[in-house]
Amino acid sequence: MSEIVLETRNLKRRFGAFLATNDVSLKVERGARHALIGPNGAGKTTLINLLTGVLPPSEGQVLLEGEDITSLASFKRVKRGLTRTFQINQLFNEFTPLETVALAIAEREGVGHNLFKSISSYSKITDEAASLLAQFGLASVMGERTTILPYGKQRLLEIALAFASKPRVLLLDEPAAGVPEDERHEVLQIVSDLPADVTVLLIEHDMDLVFSFADRISVLVAGAVFTEGTVAEISSDPRVKAVYLGENA
Amino acid sequence: MSLVQEPAMTAPSTSPETTSRAAALMKRRSRIRFYEIIVWVAAIAAYFLLPTKMLILTEIAILALFAVSLDLVLGFAGIVSLGHTAFFGLGAYVAGLLALHYVAEPVTGLIVAGVISGVLGLLTSFLILRGSDLTRLMTTLGIGLMMAEVANQMAWLTGGADGLSGFSPTAILGLFEFDLFGQTGYLYCLAVLFVGTMIMRAIAFSPFGLSLKAIKGNPMRAGMIAVPARKRIVIAYTIAAVFAGMAGALLAQTTSFVSPDVLAFHRSADVLLVLVIGGTGYLYGGIFGAVFFTLIKDWLSVITPQYWMFYIGLLLVILVLIGRDRLARWVEYLPERFSKKEGGQ
Amino acid sequence: MLTILFDGIAYGMLLFILACGLTVTLGLMNFINLAHGAFAMAGGYITVIMMNRYGISFYWCLPAAFLVAAVIGLVLERTLYQWLYQAPHLDQVLFSIGIVFMAVAGTDYFMGGQQQLINLPPELSGRMEVMGVGVGRYRLFTIVLCALLAIALQLILSKTRFGSRLRAAVDDRRVAMGLGINVPVVFALTFAFGSGLAGLGGAMGAEILGLDPNFPLKFMIYFLIVVSVGGTSTVSGPFLAALLLGIADVAGKYYVPAIGPFVIYGLMIVMLIVRPNGLFARGGR
Repeated sequence: MSEIVLETRNLKRRFGAFLATNDVSLKVERGARHALIGPNGAGKTTLINLLTGVLPPSEGQVLLEGEDITSLASFKRVKRGLTRTFQINQLFNEFTPLETVALAIAEREGVGHNLFKSISSYSKITDEAASLLAQFGLASVMGERTTILPYGKQRLLEIALAFASKPRVLLLDEPAAGVPEDERHEVLQIVSDLPADVTVLLIEHDMDLVFSFADRISVLVAGAVFTEGTVAEISSDPRVKAVYLGENA
Repeated sequence: MSLVQEPAMTAPSTSPETTSRAAALMKRRSRIRFYEIIVWVAAIAAYFLLPTKMLILTEIAILALFAVSLDLVLGFAGIVSLGHTAFFGLGAYVAGLLALHYVAEPVTGLIVAGVISGVLGLLTSFLILRGSDLTRLMTTLGIGLMMAEVANQMAWLTGGADGLSGFSPTAILGLFEFDLFGQTGYLYCLAVLFVGTMIMRAIAFSPFGLSLKAIKGNPMRAGMIAVPARKRIVIAYTIAAVFAGMAGALLAQTTSFVSPDVLAFHRSADVLLVLVIGGTGYLYGGIFGAVFFTLIKDWLSVITPQYWMFYIGLLLVILVLIGRDRLARWVEYLPERFSKKEGGQ
Repeated sequence: MLTILFDGIAYGMLLFILACGLTVTLGLMNFINLAHGAFAMAGGYITVIMMNRYGISFYWCLPAAFLVAAVIGLVLERTLYQWLYQAPHLDQVLFSIGIVFMAVAGTDYFMGGQQQLINLPPELSGRMEVMGVGVGRYRLFTIVLCALLAIALQLILSKTRFGSRLRAAVDDRRVAMGLGINVPVVFALTFAFGSGLAGLGGAMGAEILGLDPNFPLKFMIYFLIVVSVGGTSTVSGPFLAALLLGIADVAGKYYVPAIGPFVIYGLMIVMLIVRPNGLFARGGR
């Protein structure tokens, strides 16, 4: 299986004079567990924003399953199976987790435009939402307002919400940030257990997590792809260490 | 907190309690609340208990429908409009002109007014999709003023500053004649308000209504769960325009007069105030607000016929400074909310 | 034709002076102040009172209008506005509409609802010929004064220390605070200055725009168009937007009186379709 499912061609994004994404050409294979690492300010989140249509690129193309989606709105990309989580929680504060996930499922099932039928009458949606929330340990709080949930629970909801869209390509922007240390591996375990044909692109700072999870790693520095390779290649690459140490020193 | 360790996306292993609790929680969202029953019972009781107050009751019912329609735009889709009266006024003129020149039967006029206002809503909705709150304010205000100017310029059709008069609606559906005391008029407006509120209530609890609140709450995330925000806003805005137009039609039909005042800016501001007094985002705020606002305005116009605008302004300022959330939260203290707290977890 | 253009420029210049305070309030505090026109009206009425009741010279009225409007602005900013900078836009809109309503009704109560007239000094009234073009003296005065003000504004913003602080605070409030800039003071002074300019505009505009208690309502849409179209990041954006609006409005009303009142709405809609983020918006979002 070496079919390219997500690809960027010479992607550039400027903010004024600042080049946040510098000529990134990335290829992600179907079913890959691909990690994107790099020091702070390397443009990782900007890249995710370009991939998901939150930001328009200044130049270049984004292709999903061979089709150019560069100018497609976010919601249409989600419809085509590309979704993400956010580094900083982006939730509906006044919704309960149940409503949040139920809406995502309703949109996935294409009933979101239904004007007059109560959402509670779609029992399949409610059932699926309940089981997804249970899987993420959120069953006990599914009727609370999201805004009063502890941060860790909100973080889990953030990830569960991306799962609700049943993505074929899932972009995770530091999913473990803010999740208590002992639960991080469990979160990534759920991600790892996704069906083999689901592609995952992961941004993460925790190198242990990255090395245990990913099968391929791209290193982003100053908006450009610095190097790319297998876990073994990257973990033994002295230049990568230098980049990180140089930033941290 | 422990995560169940099992392959993802395998639904059936969830405990039946969780599933049934989820179903109950979802059902609770849309159940009929205690205050809803009170509202409609009180509205009908008023008909019998206050036979001399039909005109002000009618006024309240019309304003309530107008405000409920704005709630769909403001409370659900989160769009601050300074020109909602464009649709109200258009509906009033359409109903008036229809009764004057073609059909004097009110329900026909109501429907035609709703449809034509809806068309204007649909056309102008595309202008509010882009830009920030500021551009939306400009656009909605501009459209409202433009409609007022159109009515003013087309005096040959609208009567200009003198308003439109000389029409009188016939019996409703050919069955119920309007009477001198306005009793039929009140029941007619109340019936339209009821049907309109019920339709918008259904929308509020549908996936569509939920998606509108998602767009309002976090547009970026709404896009990321595949909510087509623009399409939804266009539809919501159009529906709101339909009901605002119907409210305008009711005013024209029950008073047999259309004043150019139906398109005045202060009406757009008034209806915002009405909604904010009653609270946004749950529809009945429009009804509660309409009762309160109409009574206050009635009282003020007795005390100070010329300068009541000053006090409306003062009310707005105080309302905002105290915090409209805090004021509007009184609804939560109505009995049903207690039952929710008990029934929750 | 040139006369129309000339009148339009005078009108546009006035709109700029009236509205530029609003662009700062909006850019700096992200506050949608629909009551901006009330400060302009205050300036206008100060002039009317001083001239018609006390016979004070028009030239003294202009700085007085600026000062009084600025003081009112400062007081209101410190007592009321500052609490609402973080509030949702809906709150800001409701609050400032409330202020407008109170200003309109209050002015009506004290001054009456009629149109106010002022008698310009003789050297400013009437017309003169400049290279074959009929030019209203007062409009020429307006253009010169407003142009000087616009240039002064541009210089203040680009050359002075206060200007650079202001721009820093507009760009990023937190960064500005981190740099030790006293943001609330900058806000208050700027708000007062913007209100003062509006007051000055109101005083100068009494002759050209007319003055009655409904002034803040009547010109609300003009201000909104100027700031939406011109953007809040430059002086030149709102300036050009105001000029465009002024010329279009005057020309429209003169050449096609039947649809003249619709020219500004047409302009607004065209702008929305062509440049939804404003005429001179900086790239991207």
